[in-house]
Amino acid sequence: MTLAPETTDLKVQLRLADSWFTVCDLTVLLPGRGVAALLPDGHQVALFRDRAGTLYAIDNRDPFNGAAVLSRGLIGSHQGRPFVASPLLKQRFDLASGQCLDDESVRIATYEVRTS
Amino acid sequence: MSTTALVGNGPRPTIVLVGHGMVGQRFLEALAERGLTATHRVVVLCEEPRPAYDRVALTSYFSGKTPEDLSMTDMQFIADHGIELYVGDPAETIDREARKVTARSGLVVDYDVLVLATGSYPFVPPVPNKDAEGCFVYRTIEDLLAIEEYAKSRATTGAVVGGGLLGLEAAGALKGLGLNAHIVEFAPRLMPVQVDEGGGAALLRTIADMGLSVHTGVGTQEIVVGEDGAVTGMKLSDGSELAADMVVFSAGVRPRDQLARESGLTVGERGGISVDEQCRTVNDPHVFAIGECALASDGRVYGLVAPGYEQAETAAATIAADEASFTGADLSTKLKLLGVDVASFGDAHGTTEDCLDVVYSDSRAGLYKKLVIGRDGTLLGGILVGDAEAYGTLRAFTGSVPPVSPESLVLPAGSGESVQLGPSALPDEAIICSCHNVSKGTIRGAVTDHQCTTVPEVKKCTKAGTGCGSCVKVLGQLVTAELEASGVEVDKGLCGCFSQTREELYEIVLALRINTYQDLLDRYGRDGAKGGDGCEVCKPTVGSIIASLAPTIGASNYVLEGEQAALQDSNDHFLANLQKNGSYSVVPRIPGGEITPEGLIVIGEIARDFGLYTKITGGQRIDMFGARVEQLPLIWARLVDAGFESGHAYGKALRTVKSCVGQTWCRYGVQDSVRMAIDLELRYRGLRSPHKLKSAVSGCARECAEAQSKDFGIIATSNGWNLYVGGNGGATPRHADLLAQDLTDAELIKLIDRFLMFYIRTADRLERTSTWLERIPGGLDHVRDVVVEDSLGICEELESLMADHVSHYRDEWATTINDPEKLSRFVSFVNAPDTPDPVVGFVPERDQIKPDLPLLSIGMRPSENPADVLEGSAQR
Repeated sequence: MTLAPETTDLKVQLRLADSWFTVCDLTVLLPGRGVAALLPDGHQVALFRDRAGTLYAIDNRDPFNGAAVLSRGLIGSHQGRPFVASPLLKQRFDLASGQCLDDESVRIATYEVRTS
Repeated sequence: MSTTALVGNGPRPTIVLVGHGMVGQRFLEALAERGLTATHRVVVLCEEPRPAYDRVALTSYFSGKTPEDLSMTDMQFIADHGIELYVGDPAETIDREARKVTARSGLVVDYDVLVLATGSYPFVPPVPNKDAEGCFVYRTIEDLLAIEEYAKSRATTGAVVGGGLLGLEAAGALKGLGLNAHIVEFAPRLMPVQVDEGGGAALLRTIADMGLSVHTGVGTQEIVVGEDGAVTGMKLSDGSELAADMVVFSAGVRPRDQLARESGLTVGERGGISVDEQCRTVNDPHVFAIGECALASDGRVYGLVAPGYEQAETAAATIAADEASFTGADLSTKLKLLGVDVASFGDAHGTTEDCLDVVYSDSRAGLYKKLVIGRDGTLLGGILVGDAEAYGTLRAFTGSVPPVSPESLVLPAGSGESVQLGPSALPDEAIICSCHNVSKGTIRGAVTDHQCTTVPEVKKCTKAGTGCGSCVKVLGQLVTAELEASGVEVDKGLCGCFSQTREELYEIVLALRINTYQDLLDRYGRDGAKGGDGCEVCKPTVGSIIASLAPTIGASNYVLEGEQAALQDSNDHFLANLQKNGSYSVVPRIPGGEITPEGLIVIGEIARDFGLYTKITGGQRIDMFGARVEQLPLIWARLVDAGFESGHAYGKALRTVKSCVGQTWCRYGVQDSVRMAIDLELRYRGLRSPHKLKSAVSGCARECAEAQSKDFGIIATSNGWNLYVGGNGGATPRHADLLAQDLTDAELIKLIDRFLMFYIRTADRLERTSTWLERIPGGLDHVRDVVVEDSLGICEELESLMADHVSHYRDEWATTINDPEKLSRFVSFVNAPDTPDPVVGFVPERDQIKPDLPLLSIGMRPSENPADVLEGSAQR
């Protein structure tokens, strides 16, 4: 087990039930792309950083197919709302609410995220 | 089912169709559309050994179309409608009294309705030795096969008797087969039926420039034969003699009315079965005649397919007891003969009393345009040779007074007087599609009443444009005009972020040397999108444009460099193909499909060591599936070490150039197809384009590499290479079109450079070359003008852009494995780089692996405790 190298002070943290979980250095996040993180309970989170520097965290699992790939999708904005498009079949998910923009019956979990 | 019940209830009335040509097939379709195939037994007797095919396009056999390509008969249609089709079994006698037809095989069919669609036969002038060995006619696929065989084995010079439409096609075919071709025409000009003296002169010049020898105003007096009885030449009416190893008679056709004559039906003085306005024979209400064998009620025999179709519809409607009549048809035609546009419409020869001509002629350029105008300014007809661009509009105006002066309609663009008369000026009753008799009003209705918004939808709704296709351009203009008029904003923008098309963005990027997406978005994006994050549509599109032009605009040619990394589709970002369970497949480049045993062993060892599933691809390489993202750099380190490089299977880029083994090994091969395929694959590797690009090189016309199904395909000839473009397999297969013939290696590469760069420049996002060719105005002809004739003067730039790409290429996997920062992205988890994604699992299948799909539905691997995995890494 190795750890991601730490190069700056700013860390990206996710809010779990009772605490903040440190994921990685902020500098690891490329604007416009995502990374995946593994949580202690086995869930996977997709973390994104947009052009303006805002961070988002949603469930990494594509609910349409089950594969843990949303972190590998392209992000964009639709009517001012940030979204990620699944790399599998391109369904879009609102990064702030987890709502699927192409199927209103589908919504995925989101996480509170901060730097500290 | 009602049809079954009808059979069970006793014999259904029987319709017998004699002749299965284009008109016969159309008649069957008309029967089916009217439900008559369900209520009637339909029997077809067809003389030729194959069912209906596209006789109009017969000559395209010599430019690479197979008899199967020419087929117009969907056997599923025949089966679905229970049609009994007897191929190679012509009707021999008709007993009208007993209403029986007897076929050559002895088959006897009782009929209630008999439809004769026997077509016509080629007229062969009664000259001595007309049946000698080496004499042919030009009418059926079988004729063409015989001509081809004789030309290849026994002839170097060929003469065509007849300088009409078919004669010119036949002469072009002989020339294409490598023969010196002569055309002998009795009339003083070529195509005497369609064009006048001026048009004939323009045509003659162009045809002669192509290397065909034309002899007009002379008749054929005798075919000269040698001691073995085979053709050696012909004697002409002016006393001269012409040496030729073969003769093709193409001096017109005559209605095939023999069967009708013998059964006592009335035929015209010059042939043709006499019918009334319902296409019923004048003697017998049970017998109809349609197409080229029929003498219509206006006293004419129509040799064009469009009137034949109309007759087929009329006969079917009459049988169904619907009202229909055929009282005569427009003889307008637009053709492309040996690459020359020839069109005539309306009263082309000015036979109307008191009519006037407006003529524009430039024989240097091979142009001739004549309009026939009535005293009151009504457009009566015309002839266009060399440039028939205005045909669609002019034909539709025939019979009315055009809103602009006639001379402005024929003067060349840019002469000051020329007016582009748009189809919006046409009256609603103007016929746009003469094959299917569709008016402008009907097309407008398709848009306004049936909510069609695209040309394909309108084609489907109205049938317009599905015949000869000559009206499709006008159709497109009408649809756009109608949509705009009805307030539908036709937003051609790429996506919600850009109002420009991909082509426009390409031009902006190239002209202004813009080399970042953000710069382009902030300067040229839609108002609401500027400064934003873009979207999943425009980011990869712009990423691809930047990558295509990288060396020229000063961007990095490495797609993972800087901002470019964020633009790439997921596959390009990981330089591998994402599969359904989140694993990747890996495809190293195997240029031309040529690989050493050592190379195969390396791939085998890697696949074995990483437990990958292997499969041979359709592009002659090897795909390895089931790699986890963190395994990709390890796999590629070994591949690069063994000399492999990225195959770009993940990119909208050149995929493979397949090849057959070619001249080196194959006893039929005429060129080194493997060498050429490798050269091309190495030249264009890494080239980013609007969609994937596939290619193939075949070493001979047997086409084992299937080059005609590729974006650019090359087929060897004994003189060099033929280049085909715009082919496609997949959901909408399309045979590639021949762009140029007999090219040298250098000519071939130069032409492909231009073609690819022109495609990259002008195609829409995710538009394959096949759809691009179909969409762009002017189609293949326009592309040929641009890349062969350099009509836009951009070829030098296209070549230089490609040269930039070729000289700056570097393997992106080799670059990646030497860049620690980029390598750090190849992990499943940013907080646990060595931990594999637990939902990527595999189960055995046929001695290999396949994705464990139940694992995906669970969402995590239950057998492992992730807390153990993360022990020590969680910094709370």
